[in-house]
Amino acid sequence: MNFDPRFSGRKFASVGTRPIRPDGVDKVTGRARYGADFNMAGQLVGRVLRSPHAHAIIRKIDTSKAEKLSGVKAVITAKDLPDLTDGDAAMYDILDNCMARTKALYDGHAVAAVAAIDARTARQALKLIEVEYEILPHVTDVDEAMQHHAPLINDTIFTEGLQEKPAKPSNVTKRSQFGHGDVHQGFGQADFIVERSFKTEQTHQGYIEPHACVASVSSDGTADLWVCTQGHFVYRQHCAQLLGMEASKLRVTSSEIGGGFGGKTHVWAEPVALALSRKAGRPVKLVMTRDEVFRASGPTSATSIDVKIGARKDGTITAAEATLRYSAGPYAGSWAEIGAMTAFACYKLDNVKTVGYEVLVNRPKTAAYRAPSAPMAAFAVESAVDELAKELGMDPVDFRIKNAAQEGTRSSYGPVYGPIGIGPTLEAVKNHPHMKAPLRKNQGRGMACGFWFNFGGQTCTDLNIGMDGSVSLAVGTVDVGGSRASLSLVAAEELGIAYEHVKAIVADTSSLGYNDMTDGSRGTFSSSMATISAARNAIKILRERAAQMWDISVDDVVWEQGHAVAKGEKHGNLGKLSLKEIAAESGKTGGPIAGHSELVADGAGVSFATHICDIEVDPETGSTRVIRYTVVQDAGKAVHPTYVEGQYQGGAAQGIGWALNEEYIYGKDGRLQNAGFLDYRIPVCSDLPMIDTQILEIPNPNHPYGVRGVGETSIVPPLAAIANAVSNAAGVRMTHIPMSPPRILAAIEAERGE
Amino acid sequence: MRYIRPLSIEDAVGQLAGSAGTAAILAGGSDLLVRMKRGFVEPDLIVDIKSIAGLSDIRETADGFSIGAAVPCAVLGENAALKKAWPGVVEAAKLIGSKQVQGRCTITGNLCNASPAADSVPALVAAGAKAVIAGPSGKRTIAVEAVPTGPGKTSLAKGEIIEAILLGKRSPRSGDAYLRFIPRTEMDIAVVSAGVNLTIDEHGVVTAARVALGAAAPTVLLVEEAAEALIGRKLDEAALERLAKVCAGACRPIDDKRGTIEFRRKVAGVLARRAATTAYARAGGK
Repeated sequence: MNFDPRFSGRKFASVGTRPIRPDGVDKVTGRARYGADFNMAGQLVGRVLRSPHAHAIIRKIDTSKAEKLSGVKAVITAKDLPDLTDGDAAMYDILDNCMARTKALYDGHAVAAVAAIDARTARQALKLIEVEYEILPHVTDVDEAMQHHAPLINDTIFTEGLQEKPAKPSNVTKRSQFGHGDVHQGFGQADFIVERSFKTEQTHQGYIEPHACVASVSSDGTADLWVCTQGHFVYRQHCAQLLGMEASKLRVTSSEIGGGFGGKTHVWAEPVALALSRKAGRPVKLVMTRDEVFRASGPTSATSIDVKIGARKDGTITAAEATLRYSAGPYAGSWAEIGAMTAFACYKLDNVKTVGYEVLVNRPKTAAYRAPSAPMAAFAVESAVDELAKELGMDPVDFRIKNAAQEGTRSSYGPVYGPIGIGPTLEAVKNHPHMKAPLRKNQGRGMACGFWFNFGGQTCTDLNIGMDGSVSLAVGTVDVGGSRASLSLVAAEELGIAYEHVKAIVADTSSLGYNDMTDGSRGTFSSSMATISAARNAIKILRERAAQMWDISVDDVVWEQGHAVAKGEKHGNLGKLSLKEIAAESGKTGGPIAGHSELVADGAGVSFATHICDIEVDPETGSTRVIRYTVVQDAGKAVHPTYVEGQYQGGAAQGIGWALNEEYIYGKDGRLQNAGFLDYRIPVCSDLPMIDTQILEIPNPNHPYGVRGVGETSIVPPLAAIANAVSNAAGVRMTHIPMSPPRILAAIEAERGE
Repeated sequence: MRYIRPLSIEDAVGQLAGSAGTAAILAGGSDLLVRMKRGFVEPDLIVDIKSIAGLSDIRETADGFSIGAAVPCAVLGENAALKKAWPGVVEAAKLIGSKQVQGRCTITGNLCNASPAADSVPALVAAGAKAVIAGPSGKRTIAVEAVPTGPGKTSLAKGEIIEAILLGKRSPRSGDAYLRFIPRTEMDIAVVSAGVNLTIDEHGVVTAARVALGAAAPTVLLVEEAAEALIGRKLDEAALERLAKVCAGACRPIDDKRGTIEFRRKVAGVLARRAATTAYARAGGK
């Protein structure tokens, strides 16, 4: 049966309700198993030795003393993870990042690892490994790394995307460009132009659960991996490739996940744990410390962005331009490219140009962080938009409404939009009571918009109907934000049964076909599509079985509200058959009833949000307090509204931390100074007000229920909304994120001329 | 590693004095256990003092208060008489870490950890608190500011344990206050801090004052010039201005991940001024 994903505008019974999540009780009682909660008989403790240097050639590693220590079962270096990537540059980077080969490229880069009978022995063994480094000059700042005299991190890299191939290698791996029209001409038509430069510091996703896994390699070459991940199928592929295994020989089971936000889309410790287990012949558990998570997992980019926007007196933007430089860590990435695509996506522009530069620095390999690259671009653009509105004497909301993209607008990154939510979120904000609430002394209000693409991707789902009529739903997308509840609602909706009779699980990699990972806000979007498809396939079988039970043609059987109903005049005397009744007879009518689906979920609808925030600034200390915060975002259709609101609030909370206090601080020695939650300041509960949410539902035409992804967009506007609020409260434009108290105080004093 | 839980202070002192390797005293453990977990210290001997008689008590004496070394900070906040007499000391103790941490941590531990950013220490210094020290050669009592000698270092000799912190009896019309600057609302360490303790006469003129600054130098600073800026005056704008200026000038801070020199100087003055205003109001000044 061909699956029709088009939006149908049906009325819902289950979707849109708010039942408790199937994983809730286990999580609040401590029964749920996270990455570090798996244990095996004979399991060893894995620990990683990391470079203390930001940039150094590894001359020699002597592991002999560590190997001789009693209780040490395996010591590995890059030699134990040979290069099997066969010219795949991205995989080679992942390999080199998991275990440095010839050079340590950042403070925290893994250089060796041990597996020992306990943590104490493993720690002692690390101290016995002798590494001879030749220290090289390093660079950690994105702008400095672009200077021609900057230390070169990889001399085989020549900037891609230039018209002529450059003669010299560079830390800039790629230039990318987007836009249309003629910005030069557009600026010529402008009455007002705002031009400013912005910087954002590097932040970490700050998930509470550190990376953790247990690897067990059998002597027959097959292996199991239990791991905290956003995508166990992707981890399987990467690990299998790096270890030279067939993918089917490696079964990966995902644990519950204590936050990922993009940071658990990438292998760091897992190939190391497998290599240790292979060498030791015993299971190995490897759990990163918080210090290791900060130093050696994947934070987001630090950026440096120039923005120029021009408008006519009537408020029409005539041209918009941005140059965006994003740090990638020591390996090539496409972070600036994404920033360049998203920067002006909220607006209808005749003339727009964005240029992105990917920049290598001696910092950890950049990983995705919730709508990766978009928040920084939005910070720069939305700050400039606010300033331009001020110069024009226009209300910032009205100015944005006048220039907002609409259905049919050609986006700044190329595609033409279908039905979208930017206009409606702005209208909702304009009419929101928050916008009219009075402000006190030293308080300022800011608002800003944000965009994210969303993603669909490969998805495979199984729906099995038990003989008692209850339903097991096995999905392959890791549940990062309540998707098991949402997908159970979708299965219940489609089958016409109660939510309580559906139990969803995340199946391991040997139980389902390939699934892309839970990223791009795709979990509920794509797996709900696959669940609907699987349920419809099951319904087809349920109808066949009912037809068999009645001995009539299946064409005369329809599925209505959880029942097979016989249609047509001659079947008028037949009562309905419930799903439960059909299931009970399944042993006699052809065996188990199941629905399967495999699809590529195309058509993830783009997503927009507008945020409002009030900030109070202490002008004597630069201290800030978030007084009130409101998120308005389009969800397409909120399957489980509580978890949609949770995503809105979570993104806002992370954005608040990023905007105000979070940052990677490097010393002159290139070492990370604040690798812990004491000095890397994510907000604590008492730092935040209750974050108010408003869900708009502009159906996605490419999903049966109109669903759009909701997980990421909520982190896009906060940096800008808060910067606009702080700038209004402090009376000075803030251009450097985080707006920590020393930066705010310095800006206020510079403005006062002190 | 050996863990012991002696029942008397003499036993604890004897064990510490006789230990061969590195020894650590455990009360709440909110510093020690974190340092051990991160591999900064690996003590050979841990002496848990929580079972020693009297060390978990707050006693009100003819001279004021004696706070046992194992009394958790949360307990200070539950003692109405202490809170009334020394609200600045209590509010400082109740700023350490989080509610959970306050259920374990002690002001003596905070003092002996010898961090220049310790929250309770500027308040204790401003309050003129004293430390009662038990050691192999008997007991001695010293001013709390004489305990830390630099970051992580104290003047305590091998085998010595602080048994209690003494706070004096309050004279009428006295008040104290403590303020710290952190970028968050809790779970943080002072970027800079100020404790002010003062007494006024019936006309509102300051007759005695002590001002201490935290995270402004390698140890907590007792700023005598700042006290002089207040003594003999009402707490008018000029006095406050002078206080802020003197405090900013007295700082010898560093640039680090938590703040800049410039920022710490400015904010030290602002906090001293605000703490003085609160202390003055608590003393009944208008």
